[in-house]
Amino acid sequence: MKEKLLEIKDEYLSFFTPAGEVKALNGVSFSMEEGEVLGIVGESGSGKSVTAYSLMGLTAYPGKLVGGTIRFNGHQVDTMTEKEFRKMRGNEVSIIFQDPMTSLNPVYTIGNQIREVILLHTDKTKQEAQERAKELLELVGINEPEKRLKQYPHELSGGMRQRVMIAIALACEPKLLIADEPTTALDVTIQAQILELMQELREKLGMSIIMITHDLGVVASMCEKIAVMYAGHIIEYGTADEIFYEPKHEYTKGLIKSIPKLDTKEDERLVPIEGQPIDLLNPPKGCPFAPRCASCMKICLNQMPPKTELSDTHYSYCWLLQKEQFEEGGRGCE
Amino acid sequence: MKKYIIKRLALGIASIFIVATLTFFLMNLVPGGPFVAEKSISKAAQEALEAKYGLDKPLVERYTTYISDFVKGDMGYSLRQRGRTVSDIIFSKFPVSAKLAGIAVVLALALGIPLGCISAYNRGKFYDNFIIVLATCGIAIPSFISSVLLLYTFGSKLGILPTVGLNTLSSYIMPVTALAIYPTAYITRLMRSSLLDVMGQDYVRTSRAKGVSSFKTLFKHALRNAILPVITYVGPMLAGLMTGSFVVEKIFTIPGLGREFVSSITNRDYTMIMGTTIVLATLIITANVIVDILYKIIDPRIKLK
Repeated sequence: MKEKLLEIKDEYLSFFTPAGEVKALNGVSFSMEEGEVLGIVGESGSGKSVTAYSLMGLTAYPGKLVGGTIRFNGHQVDTMTEKEFRKMRGNEVSIIFQDPMTSLNPVYTIGNQIREVILLHTDKTKQEAQERAKELLELVGINEPEKRLKQYPHELSGGMRQRVMIAIALACEPKLLIADEPTTALDVTIQAQILELMQELREKLGMSIIMITHDLGVVASMCEKIAVMYAGHIIEYGTADEIFYEPKHEYTKGLIKSIPKLDTKEDERLVPIEGQPIDLLNPPKGCPFAPRCASCMKICLNQMPPKTELSDTHYSYCWLLQKEQFEEGGRGCE
Repeated sequence: MKKYIIKRLALGIASIFIVATLTFFLMNLVPGGPFVAEKSISKAAQEALEAKYGLDKPLVERYTTYISDFVKGDMGYSLRQRGRTVSDIIFSKFPVSAKLAGIAVVLALALGIPLGCISAYNRGKFYDNFIIVLATCGIAIPSFISSVLLLYTFGSKLGILPTVGLNTLSSYIMPVTALAIYPTAYITRLMRSSLLDVMGQDYVRTSRAKGVSSFKTLFKHALRNAILPVITYVGPMLAGLMTGSFVVEKIFTIPGLGREFVSSITNRDYTMIMGTTIVLATLIITANVIVDILYKIIDPRIKLK
């Protein structure tokens, strides 16, 4: 069997703050095939960005990997040194950030910032890098690339800057592109354009994408697989259809219920998920969602539920599913 | 850019004019006069002196005379240093102070910027704490204390540095050090906090995500953004130091402008007060224009209007 592009097994990551150990990731496992698009959804602080940053070695101080293995593109990422990370970043795996307004250095030209990453990872000369930068701008749909290369970030609009960020990320044809809420800071029409662009580029270049977002609409339109994260756990994982049409975890169900739909009546209210996310300094013993779960049982508070496999691609962690399977006396639920 | 410089120069001239006017009337409001000395001279002699320098005329007339002379480039005679013109005194003393200040500022920048960077880079670790303690001391200790300490240690106890004047190269060491301590400490702290702020910016993260080394990230991406507050501070500080430090010049017996500044006021040497104040104002305004232009060069977002 061909090796997977990315394989994360049982990743534990904590931030060692003065207040104590904040357990940001609590046993995250997933894998990705080449060319796949994975969406990671979850609310703020659920660990979606931390997961992605950790595989690039960008975990901010005082964050530290405390357990688990990460394999990416033939590298054992969890034991990599900073120097090895540097060779990989921007080259085999790149990232685009949430806020294009602040992600580009205001004091250097667009051209300078695109050339930098090309010169860093390839043997191209300055002239060749300039040519490549021009190509990249054309690729991400920026007109008058010659002129843009000489401009500074503040002379470009938000959507344009995000395109430049994408150009930088794609400069060395990475195997994996991480998009950390790439459209959150943009207005709706620009959001759609950027998503379209990303999809187009994926088809053209065939890279894998991890799409981090809390916008389920974005995930639905782009991703083949979806991982739902809550308090540092992947609580449900499946194909887009499975997650949207047969959500099994109470949290996923809640998320989907909270999306406004076109056919709702005017006086109908959205259903929110009541309560607050748990404190990651002192996570509870049981299921992290139990305190907010409407169908919470006694066992949920005391013990983390085991994995329930619902299909080859769909799994979830919930005691209710265990109960159902037990009652059906076998591997039901398909 | 050219338009901007011309505009700033015009504004600068207007500001100097306002400063001159205010100083002129304020200093005349202060009781006493240049010829009211401890050893009282006869009333006739005093009146003769006042008549000679035109001090017997009404204030407004004196003001218009001063300004019209000043525009022609004549700042008049010093009232207390007989026979010397104000421009003579300033031109002989200013280079001394300016040279000291220049060396001190270069030293402060050369030490303060790297120290601030090291401190920010090692935030919370030993080097950071060590540098911050030193910098805090540097800011807290006034120059008359540090001057005297230097003088005592190197001049008197160890006897390795000359204590008076600026006759040899080694005699520059102590006054320059005394002048540089405060700005060095201030720049270190400024650099540190500004760099820490910039290091938390998204574009620094972008740079790391591109695979740029942390050293290059610091020097290429962070430093250029973080240096702006330092430049803002250095401009006016340089102007201030160039017009001389009274304390340091007094302690090391240096014939600089700083002493003239203070003694002109205590002596009510009206023409000298005007002269030194105008020099200081001119320097500060020039320094600010230079700072603005440097800003524009470093940060393309800034528009000079």
